[in-house]
Amino acid sequence: MKRAARERKVQNVAVIGEREEQKQPPDNQPPVVRWKLVPGWVEPWSALLSQWGKRTRLWRRRLLLFLAVVGPGVITSNVDNDAGGISVYSQAGAMYGYALLWSLIPMTIALYVTEEMCARMGVVTGKGLSDLIREEFGFRPTFFVILAGLVVDMGNVAAEFAGVAASMQIFGISKYISVPLAALAVWLLVLRGTYQQVEKIFLAACVLYLSYVASAFLAKPDWLAAAHDTVIPTLHMNGGYLLMMIALVGTTIAPWQFFYLQAGFVEKRVLARQYKQARADVLVGSVSCMAIVFFIIVCTGATLFVSGHHVINNAAEAAQALAPLAGKWAGALFAFGLLNASLFAASILPLSTSHVICEGMGFEAGIDNKFKEAPIFYSLYTGMIVVGAAVILIPNAPLQKILFLSQVGNGVYLPVVLIFMLLLVNRRDLMGAFVNTRTMNLVGWVTAISVISLTFILLYVSLFRSGGLP
Amino acid sequence: MLHATDLLGGEAYDRDGHFVGHVTELFIEPADQPNRVSRVLLGRGKFLPLVARYDTLAFVAPGIIRLNVLEKELEHYEPNEGWLSLRKDLLDQQIIDTSGRKVVRVNDIDLSEHRTHETIELRVTQVDVGLTGAARRLLHGIASANMVRGLARKLPTRVIPWEFVNLIEPDPLRRVKLRISHQKLERMHPADLADIMEDLSPAQRQSIIASVDEQTAAEALAELDKRLTTQIVETLDPEKAADILEEMYPDQAADVLADLTPESSREVLREMPGDEAREVRELLKFDENSAGGMMNTDFIFVGEKATREEVIDWINEKDVNLEQLDTVFLINEDAKFSGAVAVGRLLFAPPNEPMESLKSVPLLSVPPDAGEKEIFEIFDKYNLHSLAVVDKAGRPMGAIEVDDVVTRLRNR
Repeated sequence: MKRAARERKVQNVAVIGEREEQKQPPDNQPPVVRWKLVPGWVEPWSALLSQWGKRTRLWRRRLLLFLAVVGPGVITSNVDNDAGGISVYSQAGAMYGYALLWSLIPMTIALYVTEEMCARMGVVTGKGLSDLIREEFGFRPTFFVILAGLVVDMGNVAAEFAGVAASMQIFGISKYISVPLAALAVWLLVLRGTYQQVEKIFLAACVLYLSYVASAFLAKPDWLAAAHDTVIPTLHMNGGYLLMMIALVGTTIAPWQFFYLQAGFVEKRVLARQYKQARADVLVGSVSCMAIVFFIIVCTGATLFVSGHHVINNAAEAAQALAPLAGKWAGALFAFGLLNASLFAASILPLSTSHVICEGMGFEAGIDNKFKEAPIFYSLYTGMIVVGAAVILIPNAPLQKILFLSQVGNGVYLPVVLIFMLLLVNRRDLMGAFVNTRTMNLVGWVTAISVISLTFILLYVSLFRSGGLP
Repeated sequence: MLHATDLLGGEAYDRDGHFVGHVTELFIEPADQPNRVSRVLLGRGKFLPLVARYDTLAFVAPGIIRLNVLEKELEHYEPNEGWLSLRKDLLDQQIIDTSGRKVVRVNDIDLSEHRTHETIELRVTQVDVGLTGAARRLLHGIASANMVRGLARKLPTRVIPWEFVNLIEPDPLRRVKLRISHQKLERMHPADLADIMEDLSPAQRQSIIASVDEQTAAEALAELDKRLTTQIVETLDPEKAADILEEMYPDQAADVLADLTPESSREVLREMPGDEAREVRELLKFDENSAGGMMNTDFIFVGEKATREEVIDWINEKDVNLEQLDTVFLINEDAKFSGAVAVGRLLFAPPNEPMESLKSVPLLSVPPDAGEKEIFEIFDKYNLHSLAVVDKAGRPMGAIEVDDVVTRLRNR
């Protein structure tokens, strides 16, 4: 490089940019370079395009505003459909056909209302949920909330790896290969990325949930009946049916998601004036999450339920039972969906949990830090993945039990988080004009209390009634 | 040494040994003394709380306080914005550690006792941000005091001396009353300050920008993540924003303004003095990713016939940021760009050497609409520090500095 410069010494003058100067139009206007390849052909099209551009400007502007904020809401809601969730949904479809579809509408509302509160807190205060609990309720409550979170989420991580193992077994890959590989992939993804990159990968993973839509179509369901049962509630007064409904709620609204959602908006630096977009993000997230649930239930309802294959134990079994009924592809897509969901949740859960712990305890956190800057964060993150994967690798590990226990843990932990959230979101000194209105509070508390009581019923039944739900 | 955790919740007795109440808060009056615990709030359940001044404390130990006055001599509590409360404003809150240049969370507060005549004065010495404080907070009242102390001794300590603690108070009035100045932040390197601000919430960021001087604010904003800079400037009132932008280089100011909404950008420009506003407006016309958008209009150009001595004297007279000066540009009689002289060459040239003979070869410049990529290539190929941008007539318009190139390359 230096030699080249020296050689040029002889010429002495090499004004770079002369080429462009000639192109420049007179006076100080920005130069316009036109590429007229086929003049008569390009011009009308560009005119049309610009006209179209003008007409859609408002919409494009809105879309851009929305896209700048989109992410946390969509990701969080979709991660809700994790290994445990998909198991319950496929059971619901297999056992009761379309009869539970109507409950998805109130569940969408509950999911949206609770998530919206967190999104609002994140956007308005610019602080994470554990940050706020620490600042407003002190050290000890925070410590126990966080400790409980660690234990429960640990169980969930193990459950996700169980999902990986089960789905890969359908494709004939031993869990001793699939689980370590998945753990390594998940670990590297976060360790090597920045928040923006990782978020993009996560958003892409959301699209993969569409495999459930495909497998639902392959199952050739009676769409009319499905639509009917979605809109018109059919209540069966039998214990199993009610239980299944409770399980649906319990798996859909998970406690850790609130921490992740709020942190997502904080890390994205969404401003209070962008709150509308943030809310839209949450809405899109909850609706799309529930749409996937709909397709899973329809898929198993149209095949397993109709053919009398009512009792399945988990999502992997559903995928296997699906193959002879709806074709190889439906089963494979179903299994692939499970793999994607498990991997997705397995990457987010350890990340979210270590974030929450470090935030609340005042350690450096966040994947934009290096290992040296945030040693505790990375140790926790690595530890959770290693332990979660190792539990699954124990020969004859009771995968089903792990899945079940993680759901129970969620159920116990959820009320605590919901109550903290409702207390915080009503604090005028924190939220200012964005404090809950009376209607919001009403909806919020009704949602919280019904979710809490439903999960308690589920807990009671599963703990004291043998032969209850999974 | 005492800890705030030991005292809060402890019992207070008056001169006659009657129980007065529980310690619920410790106050400092920064306007009076920056680190002395000036008042102790004594909660009495459903009765109005009382306040004990620092000169009424006769004995202080973990969990117990004895006063040298009677209960009826104590005042009733009136909230005062000028008092810093250790529990509410400090414990569990985020502070800036100005020596470690980090945002940390307070786990506990360490106090020292100073005996004077009959009374005991408590002074805040340091805040605990490590595991020792966390362990005390968690186990206080559950495990025995000895156990807690034994455990705390085994844990690694992380403390920040009180003089390096910088509180972040979003409310500007309260900030004045509490005498929170951000002089310590002003002494920090702008890049460190920017890092700190990225760790804070929007309200806290705003409070820091509002309270440091304009120069520091400008430097920190220039180092900050672009999105954040936009957010902060948009929330400031236009007058203050204009004051800060004036302190920036015109190209930086133009970069900031380019990202604002058109209305707020116009408002800020209106508040800026004519010359600067014109310069920034000119820069705003260029595409951000072209030479025009990257260049800085603050650059030094001298006639090519000038001698080294004349140039040095001239620079000496001007208010030039010497840290950033690495190239002097030359113009000929027609005021056209005719070369660039590295400051290094200038340094070792004989006093009456004409600038002409010092200039670097080849003669390099770009037009304002040259693309980003082309500029990167030129910088890389010729190992430049700065590159002149010239208009069609060949007159210098500005210069692109290598640090602008590095920033852009990193952001790609």
